[in-house]
Amino acid sequence: MKRLKRDIVVIGSGPAGLCAAIEAARSGAAVLLVDENAKIGGQLFKQIHKFFGSADHRAGVRGIDIGEQLLRQAEELAVEVWLNCEACGIFDEKTVWMVRDKEHSVAVEAQRIIIATGAVENSINFPGWTLPGVMGAGAAQTMINIHRVLPGHRVLMVGSGNVGVIVSYQLLQAGATVAAIVEAAPNLGGYGVHTAKVRRAGVPFYTSHTVKEARGNGHVERAVLVKLDSQWNQVPGSEFEVEVDTICIATGLTPAVELAFGSGCRPFNSPPLGGLVPVHDRMMKSSIDSIYIAGDVSGVEEASTAMEEGRIAGLSAAHSLGTITDQMFAERLEQLQHNVDALRSGMFGQKRREAKDAIVRSYGVER
Amino acid sequence: MNRITDHPILGPLEEAEMVDIIVDGQVMQARKGEMIAAALMANGKNTFRKTVKREEPRGIYCGIGRCTDCVMTVNGIPNVRTCVTEVEEGMVIQTQIGSGEWQ
Ligand SMILES: Cc1cc2nc3c(=O)[nH]c(=O)nc-3n(C[C@H](O)[C@H](O)[C@H](O)COP(=O)(O)OP(=O)(O)OC[C@H]3O[C@@H](n4cnc5c(N)ncnc54)[C@H](O)[C@@H]3O)c2cc1C
Ligand code: FES
Repeated sequence: MKRLKRDIVVIGSGPAGLCAAIEAARSGAAVLLVDENAKIGGQLFKQIHKFFGSADHRAGVRGIDIGEQLLRQAEELAVEVWLNCEACGIFDEKTVWMVRDKEHSVAVEAQRIIIATGAVENSINFPGWTLPGVMGAGAAQTMINIHRVLPGHRVLMVGSGNVGVIVSYQLLQAGATVAAIVEAAPNLGGYGVHTAKVRRAGVPFYTSHTVKEARGNGHVERAVLVKLDSQWNQVPGSEFEVEVDTICIATGLTPAVELAFGSGCRPFNSPPLGGLVPVHDRMMKSSIDSIYIAGDVSGVEEASTAMEEGRIAGLSAAHSLGTITDQMFAERLEQLQHNVDALRSGMFGQKRREAKDAIVRSYGVER
Repeated sequence: MNRITDHPILGPLEEAEMVDIIVDGQVMQARKGEMIAAALMANGKNTFRKTVKREEPRGIYCGIGRCTDCVMTVNGIPNVRTCVTEVEEGMVIQTQIGSGEWQ
């Protein structure tokens, strides 16, 4: 097995990993960015909607355009990129074992490792949930915006959070009909702007409802919806059918933590951010000094926060190697932390901020 | 066809070189470089495999290589995740039963 050395290895090239690599390279570190996919960008290039936040966060710019800008920056900084490269394990807190092109085993000794492996969509089960036509909302988004293929023509969306309403709108843009959006909670969960767009397009929302069953012969043909009472129990007799060929599940994401925990990072349970995450400090350092984390794996939020966290991780990792002065580090860190705090303000942001603060507090206490 | 040829944000679908793939013995057209799952769904095929005991149909679930619901036998190799594997000219793709067999 070949053994190579790099200053910093970044695992995952989504918005978090890409920004981490750019920031670390700009700070003077030799960076290797790896991703198991054939293309760079993680979930970023499927996000064709405009982002929120201040001008600093490129609000009003579409995820896909931000992605193009980041790719150019990475190229200009000569970030080394290995695609089709899966990180399988981290040994001795320093060595990343990877499989390239599903064939060659490679070990790279890194002084610092940044884990930015993203998240996985949650599923819910009900009779018929394994029928072809039932899929993650993110899968439908990937199909329409990346592969330009409609997974179906009449869609039921389960979940009204951001991913649910954003993907519903994008399904409409792609030419599908969204027959309904069901939400088990009594209130809708997504940002008002996205929700309003879908509502204006005439898509019916059913709050306090869920999908009880998917029916069809070899493929989804109908969904049975049912009302939920205040205790989230199904109300007998309230069932009704909607004719759909696709059911999209948008019930949240779970951080992809296998690699982080496998390498010994200490976990912390943060239900508001998707469950178990590696504890980390404000500099995005994990409980292991040589390992940093960023993006959804450190708690599920959105692409804009993932980018800022990535930059913080890249900056901190490079600084810990002495590639920039303490003063440069302090100034840039303050700016980046200001950005990320701004993204975690407002009604939705506040909860995420509190959850993040709890993780950081636990880092200090138990270390 | 389920291809999105026109899109209000992404614009018209760019022309692509087409390749032939052989799916359960039938020839289908795919865009060079696209994922097998995308090619199959563009051609209206949504069942990729059947489960071992009850032969229940399965299609894609996550679309990003995480869940293995979409695996098929490709060029004689079983359990290939079709949502993250690119098509190639002349590729032989088969609906997989259970955990499949090396051919
Ligand atoms: C399918 C999907 C769709 C989404 N759509 C939206 C949306 O429309 N709007 C929104 O606000 N949020 C959306 N999200 C939430 C989204 O997670 C964030 O917006 C953002 O993309 C998170 O960035 P990230 O860099 O942390 O992770 P990701 O963008 O998921 O990137 C992680 C990368 O790591 C790679 N990777 C993982 N494990 C390994 C390994 N072992 N070896 C090598 N590479 C590895 C993956 O291939 C991937 O490219 C979506 C999430 C998913 C899963
Ligand atoms: S659909 Fe999940 S791995 Fe392909």
